[in-house]
Amino acid sequence: MNHSLLLTVLTFLPVLGAALLLGMDGEDKKMSRRFSIGFSLLPLICLGLIWRQFDSGMQGLQFVERHAWIPSLGVEYFVGIDGLGFLMLLLSAIVVPFALVATPKEIANPRLYFALFLFLQTGLFGTFTALNFFHWFIFWEISLIPAFFLIKLWGGPQRTKAAYQFFVYTMLGSVTLLLAFLALFAATGTLDFIRLSELTHSGELVSAIGAKLTWSKLSPNGLVMLIFFGALLGFAVKVPLIPFHTWLPTAYTEAPSSTSMVLTGVMSKMGVYGFLRILLPIFPEQLRAVLTPLLWLAVATIVLSAYAAFAQKDLKRIVAYSSINHLGYCLLGLFAAVKFSSPGLINEKAAALNGVILQMFNHGVTASALFCFVGFIEQRSGGLRGLNDFGGLRKLAPVFCGLMGITVFSSLGLPGLNGFVGEFLIFKGTFSLAAWAASLSTIGLLVTAIFLLTMLQRVFTGPVNKRWSTWTDLTTAERLTVLPMIAIMFVVGIFPQVLLSFINPTVMQIIQQFK
Amino acid sequence: MNFDYAQLFSAAIPETVVVITAFLALLVDFIFLRNLPARTRTSLLATVTAVGCLSAIAWMGVSHSTYRLDDAIFVVNPMTQLVKQIILALTIFTAFISVQTNFTRHLGEYFILLLLASAGMMFLVSAENILAIFLALELLSLSLYVLTAFNKQSVFSAEAALKYFLFGGMSAAFTLFGLSLIYGVTGEMNLTAIAAKLAGKTTDPLFYVALVMTVIGFGFKVAAAPFHMWAPDAYQGSPTPVTSFIAAGSKVASFFILAKILFTGFAGAEGDAGWHHYISGWTPVLAILAALSVIIGNLAAISQKSVKRLLAYSAIAHGGYALLGILTADQKGFASLIYYVTTYALTVIGAFGVVAVVENYGGDKLSDFAGLSRRAPILSACMMVFMLSLAGIPPLAGFFGKFYVFTSAIQLGAKSLGLLWLVILAIAMSAVSLYYYLQVLKQIYVVDASDKTTVSVALPTQFVIVALAIAVVVLGCVPNLLVGKILAALSLG
Repeated sequence: MNHSLLLTVLTFLPVLGAALLLGMDGEDKKMSRRFSIGFSLLPLICLGLIWRQFDSGMQGLQFVERHAWIPSLGVEYFVGIDGLGFLMLLLSAIVVPFALVATPKEIANPRLYFALFLFLQTGLFGTFTALNFFHWFIFWEISLIPAFFLIKLWGGPQRTKAAYQFFVYTMLGSVTLLLAFLALFAATGTLDFIRLSELTHSGELVSAIGAKLTWSKLSPNGLVMLIFFGALLGFAVKVPLIPFHTWLPTAYTEAPSSTSMVLTGVMSKMGVYGFLRILLPIFPEQLRAVLTPLLWLAVATIVLSAYAAFAQKDLKRIVAYSSINHLGYCLLGLFAAVKFSSPGLINEKAAALNGVILQMFNHGVTASALFCFVGFIEQRSGGLRGLNDFGGLRKLAPVFCGLMGITVFSSLGLPGLNGFVGEFLIFKGTFSLAAWAASLSTIGLLVTAIFLLTMLQRVFTGPVNKRWSTWTDLTTAERLTVLPMIAIMFVVGIFPQVLLSFINPTVMQIIQQFK
Repeated sequence: MNFDYAQLFSAAIPETVVVITAFLALLVDFIFLRNLPARTRTSLLATVTAVGCLSAIAWMGVSHSTYRLDDAIFVVNPMTQLVKQIILALTIFTAFISVQTNFTRHLGEYFILLLLASAGMMFLVSAENILAIFLALELLSLSLYVLTAFNKQSVFSAEAALKYFLFGGMSAAFTLFGLSLIYGVTGEMNLTAIAAKLAGKTTDPLFYVALVMTVIGFGFKVAAAPFHMWAPDAYQGSPTPVTSFIAAGSKVASFFILAKILFTGFAGAEGDAGWHHYISGWTPVLAILAALSVIIGNLAAISQKSVKRLLAYSAIAHGGYALLGILTADQKGFASLIYYVTTYALTVIGAFGVVAVVENYGGDKLSDFAGLSRRAPILSACMMVFMLSLAGIPPLAGFFGKFYVFTSAIQLGAKSLGLLWLVILAIAMSAVSLYYYLQVLKQIYVVDASDKTTVSVALPTQFVIVALAIAVVVLGCVPNLLVGKILAALSLG
């Protein structure tokens, strides 16, 4: 275990940048843009250092920092990462600068916009490193605030409604989550994720809850179940799992495209991360008890959101629904992996969970790139983004079409690109564990392919729409913006081992915890 | 009977220092300062106040005596010392915020009243005898009534004072009636003895009348709904520094004494406010007050146009959260209560400090705050800290305060989770409260200013406001600075 402040530095760098940015004088738009992009890249350097020191063969936490904070409440400042945490940090560190670069130059009040973005990045880093509920929850909540303002102040025509819906919905989930953890704290006196999961595995959690809490006439097991539902709701809203998804399409559609990139690229991963880091280790039995309905919901999420995306006429809404669909695969793999507590089927479980974590990363990269392209379309069309508003753009903008095509194919899981690897692993694992769920979910795969290809076809092929005869191809700056992401899609698609080597030890550890 | 006056005097040195400072302030003002410009005068008098209060604080810091006068009329222990230090610190902040305003020429009188009110609070904190409690309460209240009326050019100030006075008199009558009934039932004045006599008598209907009367009396004092009617008018009409003093110092003292009466005097009559296992006692009464305060305070604040009124309703809501800390009826809850009211007091003084500055350029309406971020960036940043802390946004002190109170409320009754309903309500309402705090910030940061003049702030006021903002951040990030002190004082006392 190495003792360094890297994680803390990484977490608070962006907020320092935000403070400096707000403290700067003048309204120089270029300046604040460059400054914030520069600052959002600094974490990547930190991550580079972490990458060098990271022992990918090791199970368990690395870069741990642990200090007493509020002894009277058992609260510690406790951060650390494993492969999962590292991958999520990497994703946040990549997507946030990407989104900043993709932000249109003419955005109003850029200083505030960029400062909120950097602030959001701190919230994300904090969520992915914290291991004590107290400050984990602080970061979890704090990331909501900049997101709310980014939607509310820079969003589309329905922004106010979308922002409030987003905020109230996720807040509601957070409240039940908070209550669940307050109850756990009342029973066990600790808020430490690792400690709580140890208590679960020694069986003390249920007995502690039975000894300390009662509620109506519930048995201790029933009470733990209730607490579990509180936590589950919090994460299910965030991911989202159908039927808790209604906030998402409006929020993603109304948010400015660069904000949607971070919302879908990183913030939606917070929910899946919560499942993996908190629900699985602390409530495995409870999760298993309601697994069949949850698997149904995951299948429903995959299939229904794919159909819903098919029915949309707005490019952003299509991408938003496809985002729900892709996160559905994550939950499918996750639930399938928990299904059996027996030690067997390790390879299948490992495949499913490796796929889940890889899919989180891949979807972050691909979906943010898709939103980025939709943003480019919007900038050129003056805000129009209907499915049928365009046509034949390939003739006018071949590079645009090619690069967006690659992204779309990555999204629908073409072999050789990143999307394929994650989904393949998930289906490989899930099929042996829960064959019916995997089979039903393939409908989702099919429909995804249909609606994504339809999108490509309507926008880029057919006769040239006269209205857009002056349509320009991607500028050099825009090409440079998306090129790193395209490169990542290829690299991960061809050498998934780059990332899998980080994930696998973590996955093995999670699987051992099921016993 | 042998009575050691020297001992009493040494225990009461802090109060004595404050009273002497009060008269000194008046004297200095009369003799030396009459002809100076108002702002210099206020600064100097605030400095005198600060020196007096600081020496009292320092004295309490070094002397660790404990003392108990006959029949608990005057009790000194680590806990009372800590709370007194907090109150004096709040007094200093209020004094420096007063520099910004010029509502009166009678500055000597203003500061003497301020300090006498503080002395009243200190005696109140030290009293564990119902007679002494009532006397100290009156000293505090009378000073505050006069302070409220201090802006003689404003009709609203007079109206506020009259309302405050009438409601206060009424509440005093309730308190006195309740306390006299308790005396009638038990024949005791001292809280510990009362609890001993009450043991086993808690089915006496007379006792319940007394209990409810006392809680109503203090309900007025801490502005808990439905006894909150005076608060918005009094807050809005009073000179702003006085408002902050009522909202901060007087709240800390009132909550402390309310908790003490209930914990010590009515120990054994807690009852249970749990959803399915209601038992009559004082917790159900408080639970109702807390629920109403949280609902009425937060909902009414939404529609306010005046920031002072908005803060008044928010004060009612925060009173509700603080009551949750009392409801727990144990040491943990008590610690959370003290942390909560202290950090709330720091925050609200800061917020009213900003209002006091902005008031000089128009008024205290929401629209007067428009574009403040460009007219006074530092002040705006501080206001943001205060508003977000009041809304309970991490990592500020307000968040930890709420977290701490809610945690202790959940743990109440060891295993019943009975207060869960109230905690859920409180959390839901604090989500509502975010809306109106953000309205203030929206004016400051998003709306454009109609008036573009730079806001000038008196140096001491600016210094105090920035210091308070830093304190709110630091206490939020490292709550143990205060929590540790409170717990240590509790375990010693």
